Amino acid sequence: MNTEKPSPPSARLDAAAIAELIRTGKRKELVFAILGVFCLAIAILTLTAAFLSLLLDGWSRIRPEFFVNFPSRRAAEAGILSAWVGSFMVLIVTMVAAVPLGVGAAIYLEEYGQKGGWIKDVIEINVTNLAGVPSIIYGLLALGLFVYYFKFGQSVLSAGLTLALLILPIVIVATREALRSVPVHIREAAYGVGATRWQMVSQHLVPYSAGGILTGIIIGLARAIGETAPVITIGALTFIAFLPPSPISTEPPFLNFDWLFSPFTVLPIQMFNWVSRPDSSFHASAAGAGLVLLAMCLAMNALAIYIRYQVRKKIKW
Amino acid sequence: MVTSSQARAATPAVETQHYKAEVRNLNFYYGSFHSLKNISFKLEANKATALIGPSGCGKSTLLRCFNRLHDLYPGNRYEGSIVLLPDNVNILDRKVDPIEVRMRIGMVFQKPNPFPKSIFENVAYGLRVRGMNNKTELADRVEAALKGAALWEEVNHRLDDLAFNLSGGQQQRLCIARALATDPEILLFDEPTSALDPIATSSIEELIQDIKHKVTILIVTHNMQQAARVSDYTAYMYLGDLIEFGVTSELFVKPKDKRTEDYITGRFG
Ligand SMILES: Nc1ncnc2c1ncn2[C@@H]1O[C@H](COP(=O)(O)OP(=O)(O)OP(=O)(O)O)[C@@H](O)[C@H]1O
Ligand SMILES: [Mg+2]
Repeated sequence: MNTEKPSPPSARLDAAAIAELIRTGKRKELVFAILGVFCLAIAILTLTAAFLSLLLDGWSRIRPEFFVNFPSRRAAEAGILSAWVGSFMVLIVTMVAAVPLGVGAAIYLEEYGQKGGWIKDVIEINVTNLAGVPSIIYGLLALGLFVYYFKFGQSVLSAGLTLALLILPIVIVATREALRSVPVHIREAAYGVGATRWQMVSQHLVPYSAGGILTGIIIGLARAIGETAPVITIGALTFIAFLPPSPISTEPPFLNFDWLFSPFTVLPIQMFNWVSRPDSSFHASAAGAGLVLLAMCLAMNALAIYIRYQVRKKIKW
Repeated sequence: MVTSSQARAATPAVETQHYKAEVRNLNFYYGSFHSLKNISFKLEANKATALIGPSGCGKSTLLRCFNRLHDLYPGNRYEGSIVLLPDNVNILDRKVDPIEVRMRIGMVFQKPNPFPKSIFENVAYGLRVRGMNNKTELADRVEAALKGAALWEEVNHRLDDLAFNLSGGQQQRLCIARALATDPEILLFDEPTSALDPIATSSIEELIQDIKHKVTILIVTHNMQQAARVSDYTAYMYLGDLIEFGVTSELFVKPKDKRTEDYITGRFG
């Protein structure tokens, strides 16, 4: 203990040395900035080009008839009625299945799972890896499980559940992030006045993180609406000239669930079908459907950003 | 004030009705880290007891034993007991539900931590947790609590405003109102003024004096002047040990232990 280390020489620099240091630092910064702008430009230009070509090819199709016509053998008359209605119905099933499952699982993992318990670890690893599984694998799983085992058939229900599985990890991860952003001192405030865990979760955690949770759900749904591979795998039809039965009926009980078991198609599959035709006038229809799909995705993402912005404005920790 | 408490402390008789709680041989562990070492002392009813000591000595840890907040995190372990009087229950007993303890013992935290809800809902929350839903009863109690926390005059015209729009000092008084609304037997304060300016600080200190007649107070503070101003008893802690416990005026004037003396004369810590 007695052998004291000699103190190192002073680290003080003179003005010239400091200026030189700053200059080298700035130079490196500039190189990096230029490189960054270049990479960004490539990404943005490609995206813009793709969007413009879609717009150029498909804009002529964006007319009211396009939305109310069934697909047809004549390109000029072909519309996306069955496709967008199908997409919409599938999305509803996806939402109804994925939201409670995903939010529930996330709440369990964050708040109830024994910290450090092995069950939690196993689930955690699975959830994180689930997000990386190729979507066609989900299609195969769903084909066996929903279509054949549960005998839901090649239906709206099967497709919705498949996509729900697919976006479950997205919803879970986003919900966990949102729950985690509620600070510890707010949790302790609730527990401090005698709240039970469930009261803390339902009256504080979930309402305060609702913006983040909602954002996660919407981003998940935006992903689901564009998925093609798993929906083809479970057997969506590529040419459908009828609508699923209406969910609302005039006679009691007024609600009708036959639509769940109806054959269907969705927007990306309709596009795929049109693109693969030799007749190039169908390619314009495909571009038009692509525009609609893109607009829906962008609108959903914009909604997510808007909600997040509103919530941030209201709740600042 | 001080003379009466001195007189009472001087009488050796352990008349239980004078005490609100007794800490007996309390040990606390964060996992394997032994954070509180064999602590024993008594809290006199309707008095303020201050916990002082250098950073990291275990003041907050001790305070948070009183409402079992440590139960929220895995790996924490209590030994010994904190007996609530006069009913003689050991609130550290595993059979005692921590929620019951927190319903009886309120807490005010270091950083004001109102919920992102309205002023009214913040104060009403503890009552709602207890199943109270009657509108007029809630309104009456919220008003009483806000008056008790000297905040009513400032907020009565905007009870529906978001609590986040209040100033820091107002937020802290709101948190005190939230704790007072449920009429706790003991109120715990963990450095309640360390995030506040001098004016807000003195209003909180006054408040603590004012509420003593209905609630027993245990307060952690870094500020020895504050301990001298607000408390009747003071406990000096160092590295997880309770070094000295006594009547505040005596402990500050003639400490018995050398370490206490060094700390309060500012020679370290
Ligand atoms: N969650 C925890 N896990 C492990 N050790 C902890 C934890 N919280 C506190 N400690 C340790 O316990 C000891 C007491 O901490 P405590 O927070 O009670 O100190 P304090 O007296 O309140 O200090 P301060 O005045 O800085 O708030 C410290 O050594 C600290 O590092
Ligand atoms: Mg502390």
